[in-house]
Amino acid sequence: MSKFRVVHYINQFFANVGGEEMADYKPELREGIVGPGIAFNAGFKDEAEIVATVICGDSYFNENLETAKKEVLDMISSCKPDMVICGPAFNAGRYGVACGTVAAAVIEKLNIPALTGMFIENPGADMFKTKVHIVSTKNSAAGMRDAVKIMVPLALKLAKGEEIKSSKQEGYLPNGIRVNFFEEKRGAERAVDMLVAKLEGKPFTTEFPMPDFDRVEPAKALKDINNAKIALVTSGGIVPKGNPDHIESSSASKYGKYSIANVTDLVEGEYETAHGGYDPVYSNKDPDRVLPVDVLREFEKEGKIGKLHDYFYSTVGNGTAVKNAKKYASEIAKELLADGVNAVILTST
Amino acid sequence: MKLELGYIYIEDIQFGPESKVEKKTLYVNKDELISMLLEDQNLKSVSVDIAKPGESVRITPVKDVIEPRVKVSGKGNIFPGTLAKVECVGSGRTNVLKGAAVVTTGKIVGFQEGIIDMSGKGAEYTPFSKLNNLVIICEPKDEISPYAHEKALRMVGLKSAVYLGELGRGIEPDEIEVFETISIKEGIEKYPGLPRVGYVLMLQSQGLLHDTYVYGVDMKQSLTTIINPTELMDGAIISGNCVSACDKNTTYHHLNNPVIHELFKKHGTELNFVCVIITNENVYLADKERSSDWSSKLAELLGLDGVIISQEGFGNPDTDLIMNCKKIEAKGIKTVIITDEYAGRDGSSQSLADADVSANAVITGGNANQVVVLGPMDKIIGHVEVVNTVAGGFDGSLREDGSIEVELQAITGATNEMGFNKLSAR
Repeated sequence: MSKFRVVHYINQFFANVGGEEMADYKPELREGIVGPGIAFNAGFKDEAEIVATVICGDSYFNENLETAKKEVLDMISSCKPDMVICGPAFNAGRYGVACGTVAAAVIEKLNIPALTGMFIENPGADMFKTKVHIVSTKNSAAGMRDAVKIMVPLALKLAKGEEIKSSKQEGYLPNGIRVNFFEEKRGAERAVDMLVAKLEGKPFTTEFPMPDFDRVEPAKALKDINNAKIALVTSGGIVPKGNPDHIESSSASKYGKYSIANVTDLVEGEYETAHGGYDPVYSNKDPDRVLPVDVLREFEKEGKIGKLHDYFYSTVGNGTAVKNAKKYASEIAKELLADGVNAVILTST
Repeated sequence: MKLELGYIYIEDIQFGPESKVEKKTLYVNKDELISMLLEDQNLKSVSVDIAKPGESVRITPVKDVIEPRVKVSGKGNIFPGTLAKVECVGSGRTNVLKGAAVVTTGKIVGFQEGIIDMSGKGAEYTPFSKLNNLVIICEPKDEISPYAHEKALRMVGLKSAVYLGELGRGIEPDEIEVFETISIKEGIEKYPGLPRVGYVLMLQSQGLLHDTYVYGVDMKQSLTTIINPTELMDGAIISGNCVSACDKNTTYHHLNNPVIHELFKKHGTELNFVCVIITNENVYLADKERSSDWSSKLAELLGLDGVIISQEGFGNPDTDLIMNCKKIEAKGIKTVIITDEYAGRDGSSQSLADADVSANAVITGGNANQVVVLGPMDKIIGHVEVVNTVAGGFDGSLREDGSIEVELQAITGATNEMGFNKLSAR
């Protein structure tokens, strides 16, 4: 098998062109290995080879972002690489942004795998960690040897298109994609170890950092509810008997839209719940308990509301990923707006 | 309170003319067991089967897994308040048939019952693939309610486990392990320099198929309270629920609670394990507020420095978990929480339904939405067609060749939130 062709992107400093005074250095394509590339190339052994190095000054790149990106990308592309390595940038901010930008563009525009490395507090890390695999490095070039040791096997895996394991196993910065793996100790033992560390004031790493929650502001109150068109939407899984769309009992991959144009009451035997996360007995006996069609029909008659929308939408909230729920909601909202619905009663379980 | 567990290692299970334990083999007289179980008038039929580690066998829908134990000395009997009369357990000697289990299956009650594969990919995710299982297949009478159906199956599992456990009464255990909890006052005097640690055990209590029983009391009707860790080892807490199969705490988990065992390992050296606080996961907000108030109040009253909080289920109980964590941390007591994740099939979604900055020490049992393909098996015990509708399955989960594509959710015990397994995620 022939070796993978690797192009290496580095800045003026690591190319030994010069320090801050040479930060305006324009992109240059050099054949073969330069500076830290020696360590990478040694690590690749027979499997890959750095065929060229692209050098660019950090100031030039950041101050002429679009032009520089294009110049660098053209140079990389001209070498027809199988893999691109950028940096590592350690804690150098402008270098980190350049490495992240180049790696992300290589993946997106050239469809070639790319890898970079930086210190967790490098501003480039936060900007690009969800777009590129960024190996976690020390904060200075003294960490080069350690970085190369982690980056080489990960680069080869990416080049081969092999499965990338969790951030903890591979050594990249957590990128928001949760990946399962088997730990060495069971969870309870890890919990006790973590508690002992916490009690002693020693450092520990949580296995799941708390997410930033997407809090939704409630909409403004209706001005004229007596003439408003109201729709019912539920995550409680109410569906026509037999669950015609096969909405899953948990982790729903879809939602259903069902007509209630001539329905005044949801009765047992005609409707049921598909939801697998709560006691279904009561909602199957009287599905209005979850989707109150009966009460809204009364309100309609009494003029308390203008009209109940002809369709209801239903999905199952149980174990359904927030991302999917968001997608369903935006599709449903579009239709409801188009149908002139003024307000929605959302029922959950 | 001091309890000795006598482990009798079981390495094989067979049917035979006489139920007995001999040379690490568990022999079961099928007919004797079946006729005892058929005393329940809610059941139409009962049959039994055997599933051993490494066999090409799939069991589904699994309701509960129970370890056979017998009380050799000390007060009370196994499963007090449910099978045995109410008497405080947790002291004396209990013999355990280690390596054996009772698994209950049969017509599905709800959506949440799981899969146990004895070999292949699925076997890696369930701890019960490593056990010599006696599988009880129960079919209920047509007219009974889901509640009666669930209860009948629950009792069948417990009765079968006690029947098998009894066979270990006169056997000399291969190994004995001792667990002791001393009083609050003695603990303070004996371990003045050690941090006082408790365990907040959250018990599922949301209704049909979502209940847990403590000495026979439905936990949703109980206030948060405290219990000796050894009481659990004698079956004080039993499962009456199948949340999603992956994060249901089976009766086997309660008997072998891993947090309790790990805390005992460091008890007296790195920490002082004070006791267990048990609390529920009810559906009403008022109940959630009350129960989490009580768990934090008890933690404070016990003078704890730290607690581990374990969860059961996901979504709605995430709010109970975060409330417990937030309120206990607010008392100045350090917490570590154990949960699992629903991050979507691609792992990119937010994992929990609730969050708080005080939950800064989290152990995860993995992403339950991960999809796995389980190869076809030579033998199916139960009803395999349910995998299309169980939590974690979808229309088309069961393929023509008998293989199954499901989320980990559908595998019994896969992402356990007591930290029973090594599976995790980052």
